[in-house]
Order: sequence, then C-alpha cells, then structure tokens
Amino acid sequence: MPLVTVRNLHKAFGDHVVLADVNLDVAEGSVTVLIGPSGSGKTTLLRCLNGLSHPQRGLVTIGDVTVDYSTNPNRRELAALRAQSGMVFQAHHLFPHRTALENLTEGPVHAHSEPLASARTRGRALLEQVGLADKADAYPSELSGGQQQRVGIARALALRPRLILFDEPTSALDPETVGDVLAVMRDLADQGWTMVVVTHEIRFAEQVADHVAFLDGGLIVEEGTPAQVLTSPREHRTRQFLRRVLDPLAGEPDQNRS
Amino acid sequence: MDASTWELLLHAVGPLLLGAIAGTIPLTLISFVVGLVIALAVALARLSSIRVLGWLAGGYISVIRGTPLLVQLYIIFYALPSLGVVIDPVPSAVIAFSMNVGGYAAEAIRGSILAVPRGQWEAASTVGLSYATTLRRVVLPQALRVAVPPLSNTFISLVKDTSLASSIMVTELLRRAQEIAAPSYEFLALYSLAAVIYWVICTALSFAQQRLEQRLGRYVTT
Repeated sequence: MPLVTVRNLHKAFGDHVVLADVNLDVAEGSVTVLIGPSGSGKTTLLRCLNGLSHPQRGLVTIGDVTVDYSTNPNRRELAALRAQSGMVFQAHHLFPHRTALENLTEGPVHAHSEPLASARTRGRALLEQVGLADKADAYPSELSGGQQQRVGIARALALRPRLILFDEPTSALDPETVGDVLAVMRDLADQGWTMVVVTHEIRFAEQVADHVAFLDGGLIVEEGTPAQVLTSPREHRTRQFLRRVLDPLAGEPDQNRS
Repeated sequence: MDASTWELLLHAVGPLLLGAIAGTIPLTLISFVVGLVIALAVALARLSSIRVLGWLAGGYISVIRGTPLLVQLYIIFYALPSLGVVIDPVPSAVIAFSMNVGGYAAEAIRGSILAVPRGQWEAASTVGLSYATTLRRVVLPQALRVAVPPLSNTFISLVKDTSLASSIMVTELLRRAQEIAAPSYEFLALYSLAAVIYWVICTALSFAQQRLEQRLGRYVTT
C-alpha cells in the first residue's frame, strides 16, 4: 500500500481549473518528482498534501491520516495531515529572528513538547548532516541562499516526518549553490526518505527520481519512471515541455511572448 | 524675570518633578501597557475571519479615533456618575488613556502583523505550531520591529496627553504647575518649566526608541 494516496483532487478559482480530478500514489521510500510548466498545478498539488492549499474536493491519505476536502476539514484535521510531512519552500521561509539551530528546534520544542536539550542535540546532528555544523548559531541573514535552503531541509527533517515535500527548492538559488542543495536531497533519497519534489531540475529527476509525473493544465498528462517520462515520453506536450526546459534556446517561440 | 520669580521656580522644580515621577510617568506607563493589550486584542479581532469580531473592532477604533480624548475623559469622570458609575480621578484617567491607546495602537499593530510575510505563517504551521504559538513566537517578534516607530509615536503622544488628566483633578505634572502658578500669577514661568520637563521626558524616549530599533534589527542585515 502506498504511503500517500491522492484521489480526485479538484480545485478551481471560478472557471479556472487548477487541479482537475488528480490521482497520485507515492510509495514509501520513493522519490516522486512533479514537473510541468508554471501554472500547471504542480505546486498546488504539493500544497494539498499538507493542507496549505484547500481544494474543493478530493481525498488525501498519508499513512493512517485521511483528509476529505469535500467535508471542509477543520484546523485540527489539517494539522494532523500536516504533521505527517515536512515542507521545504522555494523561498525557504526560515524564521529570520532565530538562529539556524533555533529554526530546527522551534517545531519539536514548541509544537511537540520535546525537551530543549534533546531537540538541540538532534538539531546539531541534522545541521551536520546538511554540512552546516559550524553555522548552528548563525542567523538566516548571515547565510548564503544555498545554506539557508539546507537549513530549511534540516528544519523539515527535525520534525521526524513520514515524508518530505519540496516546493521548487532550488529555483530561487544562485546557480553555484544549487549543487549543494541537490546533493543533500540525493543523500536523503539514498537514505530511503520518501520525497515528493516539485522541480525544474530535469537532471536531478533523471538520476534520483523513482517516479516522475508531468502536469499540464491541472492534469497529470503522463507519469512513470524517469526513463519512460523523461527519456521516451509518449505525449506531445511532455516532449514539448522537456525540449524547452533542457534547451531554452532551441524551444519553439512561445505564442504568449510579445 | 526678577529674583522672586527665579526663587519661586527654584522651589517649584521639586514639586513639578514629583508630579512627573508620581503622576505623569506612572499614568503613562500603566495606560500604555493596558492600552497595548487592548490594541492587540482589537487588532486580532480586525484580522479575524469571524465577521462580527471585525465589525466590533472597527466600531471601537472609529469611536476612539473620531472623538476627542478630552471628551472621552469627561464622559468617564463627569458623565458616568449620572448613570450611577462613580470612578476616582486616577482610575478614570487610566481607563480613558488605555482605551485611547487601544484604538490608536490597534491599527499600528494590525499593519505590522500584515507586514510579516505569509510564508512565515505557512512555515510555522508546517512545523506544527498552533495559531497562538505562531503569533507569540514567530509573527509578533517580527511585527514588533515594524511596530516600534508608530507605537513610539503613540507612547510619546501619551506622555503629553496625560496632561489632560489635570482637568479631572489628577495631580500630575501640569496640575502641580497650575497649583503653584495660580496664587502667584507666575503662569509664564511655571508653564514654561512644565513644558521643559515634558520635553526632556519625550526627548529621552526618542533616544530610547532609536536604541530599541537598533536592537530589534540586529538579525537583519541590509
């Protein structure tokens, strides 16, 4: 049985459909990568997995927690779903008034009543794991973009979640720091973490993903192994998207561009 | 000014300072602290998704900001007794000033809470923090930095507004000056001395505000 199941997730703003009855399974210990053009619904799909986005209907099950969005779940039900996962944001959203280590202990201590000493010990170990052992007492503003994002990953890990959600974790980074973040993510995948990753890093998807889903217009157009979806895609839209992403200069002119 | 005026002033410094220390300053501090609690509650009510709370808070702010503080003070001290509610001068002043601060500071606090990026709320909820914990540990500490300049304005205004309490027989700085000036007709000298003391207090507070802003900004590099 998959760790995460998504059934008939539907979200629309008026006439604009963001997610059109999307289904998705995520196996325990697997890395699922969601790709697709901006506005395709991939980030919204990710945010429905932890209740940050509220679709009109659909079922999300993680482990033994199920949320049925059509019943207008309350704050407590959403919190229960949210507690299953850790989240890494595109813009990291670290707490700027707390040091790196304090960012890691905030949730465990103040939401889950872990003793401060034990949370700090675990926090230091996690910072070491992401290569930032010497930055424990630095404020986020004193760190580079890549370092901030690695603290963001460690903060998600500190919650001891069932899985980690990544929302375009490298899109806001300087090119030279992207590699550090992807290396940490690859380590996590090797350790067997269940991960759902929204990204434009096609090479990362090819090398690390177990499962790739291509979204466009609120639909999963095509999904399968990286070899199926990325190397020999069946759908025209997938091929077109991959051409653009892999070689932006060779892409066909965008009809929306003036 | 002749020698007798100087002598009167010299003798007035003590009582006026006492008026500031025993009247103006505690009145300001107590009213400001109580006012901030009211302001935070009103700001949260305004931000609440419960509509009735928003309306009540909006009405409160409208009444406080739309009527003179002196009138509010008179209603509490001179008008409420006709409804059978008799409140002593000092508590009347504290109530009026606290409610006034509550109305003015609420908008500053609401604005500062809105200035904290949405992502901070989301990040706090993904690490499991409740609404109250998110406010206390994530949002308000960051909002405070934005709120210090407008709240300092409110605070400094309040120091001066407490002089209105002299009109309901609270013995604070201005009341002391009136009491000494009346029998001697030395209004210019005594009211000037009172003005100087107010100015010294407010200038000291402005310095304190700058220090506080630097301290709160220490984790932000620009």
